[in-house]
Amino acid sequence: MESVLSRAGIWFVLVIAAFLAMAAAQDSGFAIHMGIIMAAALIGLWFTISKPDYSAIARGILRVPADESLYYDDVVRWGVIATVFWGMAGFLAGLFIALQLAYPVLNLGFEYTTFGRLRPLHTSAVIFAFGGNALIATSFYVVQRTCRARLAFPGLARFVFWGYQLFIVLAATGYLLGITQGREYAEPEWYVDLWLTIVWVVYAAVFIGTIVKRSEPHIYVANWFYLAFILTIAMLHIVNNLALPVSLVGSKSYSAFAGVQDALTQWWYGHNAVGFFLTAGFLAMMYYFVPKQAERPIYSYRLSIIHFWSLIFLYIWAGPHHLHYTALPDWAQTLGMVFSIMLWMPSWGGMINGLMTLNGAWDKIRTDPIIRMFVMSLAFYGMSTFEGPMMSIKSVNSLSHYTDWTIGHVHSGALGWNGMITFGAIYFLTPRLWKRSRLYSLRMVNWHFWLATIGIVFYASSMWVAGITQGLMWREYGADGYLVNSFVETVAALHPMYLMRAFGGLLYLSGAVLMVINVWATILGKLREEAPMSDATYDPAADRPLAGRPAEQGA
Amino acid sequence: MSLTERHKKLERNVTLLAVAAFAAVTVGGIVEIAPLFWIDNTVEKVDGMRPYTPLELAGRDIYIREGCYNCHSQMIRPFRDEVERYGHYSLAAESMYDHPFQWGSKRTGPDLARVGNRYSDEWHVQHLIDPRSVVGESIMPPYAFLKDNDLEVSQPSERLATLRNVGVPYTDDDVAKAETDLVAQGDPNVDADDLATRYPKAQIRDFDGDPSRLTEMDALVAYLQMLGTLVDVNGATAQEELAHNLATAQEDKQDNAEEAQQ
Repeated sequence: MESVLSRAGIWFVLVIAAFLAMAAAQDSGFAIHMGIIMAAALIGLWFTISKPDYSAIARGILRVPADESLYYDDVVRWGVIATVFWGMAGFLAGLFIALQLAYPVLNLGFEYTTFGRLRPLHTSAVIFAFGGNALIATSFYVVQRTCRARLAFPGLARFVFWGYQLFIVLAATGYLLGITQGREYAEPEWYVDLWLTIVWVVYAAVFIGTIVKRSEPHIYVANWFYLAFILTIAMLHIVNNLALPVSLVGSKSYSAFAGVQDALTQWWYGHNAVGFFLTAGFLAMMYYFVPKQAERPIYSYRLSIIHFWSLIFLYIWAGPHHLHYTALPDWAQTLGMVFSIMLWMPSWGGMINGLMTLNGAWDKIRTDPIIRMFVMSLAFYGMSTFEGPMMSIKSVNSLSHYTDWTIGHVHSGALGWNGMITFGAIYFLTPRLWKRSRLYSLRMVNWHFWLATIGIVFYASSMWVAGITQGLMWREYGADGYLVNSFVETVAALHPMYLMRAFGGLLYLSGAVLMVINVWATILGKLREEAPMSDATYDPAADRPLAGRPAEQGA
Repeated sequence: MSLTERHKKLERNVTLLAVAAFAAVTVGGIVEIAPLFWIDNTVEKVDGMRPYTPLELAGRDIYIREGCYNCHSQMIRPFRDEVERYGHYSLAAESMYDHPFQWGSKRTGPDLARVGNRYSDEWHVQHLIDPRSVVGESIMPPYAFLKDNDLEVSQPSERLATLRNVGVPYTDDDVAKAETDLVAQGDPNVDADDLATRYPKAQIRDFDGDPSRLTEMDALVAYLQMLGTLVDVNGATAQEELAHNLATAQEDKQDNAEEAQQ
């Protein structure tokens, strides 16, 4: 009873604080955000006071069979649903802004729907909402299985999930309202950053707490990667978002750093958001789901040690390659380039360890579309971690920087590596979490695979052409010694490429729609009647020698 | 003891593992970022650099709010084509008061580091209202609402004071007069002599073509028109700095050549 009272007290104080902040707000955006926080705190208060059976509610909404396993999986089920939901939102936003670049009339003339405000919405939705939910959900699933221990602090785990969704809602609404720090991939303002810091510390406590109570003597390699991801993201997030708010009841803040220092801090963060959020965290997923789905052990334990430590050590240095030929001192640029090239090796170490895990199970690529997704994901990981170091070479970068080549590179990594491995993990998790005998449809997974793959090919190739075209047109000189192209001519030249890119995005989104249907139907317990994926069928009638034509009587 | 044997200590102890992993990820950042706070060419001041006027700052805050950095860079690289297209390459000192920096990473539109005074106010206003009415094949979103929105800057003095706390050298006078400065720069009927002395090279006029109101358009155009205009890159100090950079580069070249000969 006492704990209920004190928890209700905390929620009540939060409600009052949010209300006061709303009343005193310096700008309307801040007032709206405080309103959202107050609503969230009211829901929390209601849940605490009415003391509903949380698991029963979860079972009702999530349609989970009543038998509780030894593991705490409710929060993972919520996470799977959130991942699919935010994925759709992020892909849709991406397709829309891609079309805006082809047809600027789609900016619609409202201040809330311009490319400048929607682009951060897209990047944050796919990286932090889709990717982040996938990472949190899978880490809670994987850490329990590999430690053979129930999740530590289930209540805090629920807080992590819902607190993270609140972070997403605040960030997304903020972009539309024009609340932004103007730092790529770190746009949310100071109070949203503070909230995420709290959520993240609790996340670390739940994750590390579970490792501490493990009954396996060894910590499995997937957990090393999850651990490095959680710790490093905490460090990056806090340092990069150091800022001074103008008012404690206003949304505006100014970065603690300026100019060169600010630029390198930001790209130290930005590149390692890729390195630790989108790489280390997703490698952790790879180290669990690929061996499970292939039913083979990880290829090399030694390789996993070497590539883990070299990957996390080297990645941090690579940030300056985003600032080649800028006012950043040369030595820093060169360091960034050299470490980026070295980074190629540990990256491929991870790819090789994943791909070679299929040793002895390569036939599954033909029969199992989920394995096919994992393999394609690793292939794209390999491609983009080769392309990245190449683009970090200063002479290549002088052409590629500021162009769509960078966008293409990012998407071959994000759509190919992060997207595909997440889809595979969702297809792996859904039947297991909802205790279904199998997915609703494996053939739809196959369709998803091909739509996504062809979509990425359209996306990446059109952006290569666009980027190189743009880079070459900018620097093109005529025989008279003058620049040949005005800037807008280089914009107009890209129109066909932007259309092809949007078409690729449409294919990718269509595949994701199939995933929504498939996951939904699986949760509902439906099974689609369909021919099996393997076509090596057995026909007893054909299993005999050809009558009347013995081999020795042949011509 | 083999590598795998030694590693077993780490992978049996989550504290050790966490400490070792954290140590591994801190090194790069410290080595690369920390020196930038005291080495000469990243902290040196160049003649002409001054903090933004309150109106320019309000424009800059709008620039950030609208996410202009998603498509426009403010960092000219030292290549012949970029220097001819956009002007002298950007110096570190030119963004020394930029909290946050807005160098950008993508040029869906052109670089803006030196766009100031290149186009007329009328051009900017028309272009922001309807980009395709002046540049037919532009894909920029329209920002007509800037002309309709009155400029509402909450706490102008506090904004300057906050920036002063993170290192921008605003004077007490600047902070106290932020609100009047804001109006004075965009309203031709207000005496702006005091503003002009405290902020050299400040452009003082009505920017959006409607002197009766101070709009968000006034602020944004005031910001765009001052971009890259403060430092005279052909002036004495700047030339000195450039010459210094050039000399070090040549020394490096000579060293390399000598090494090659040896």
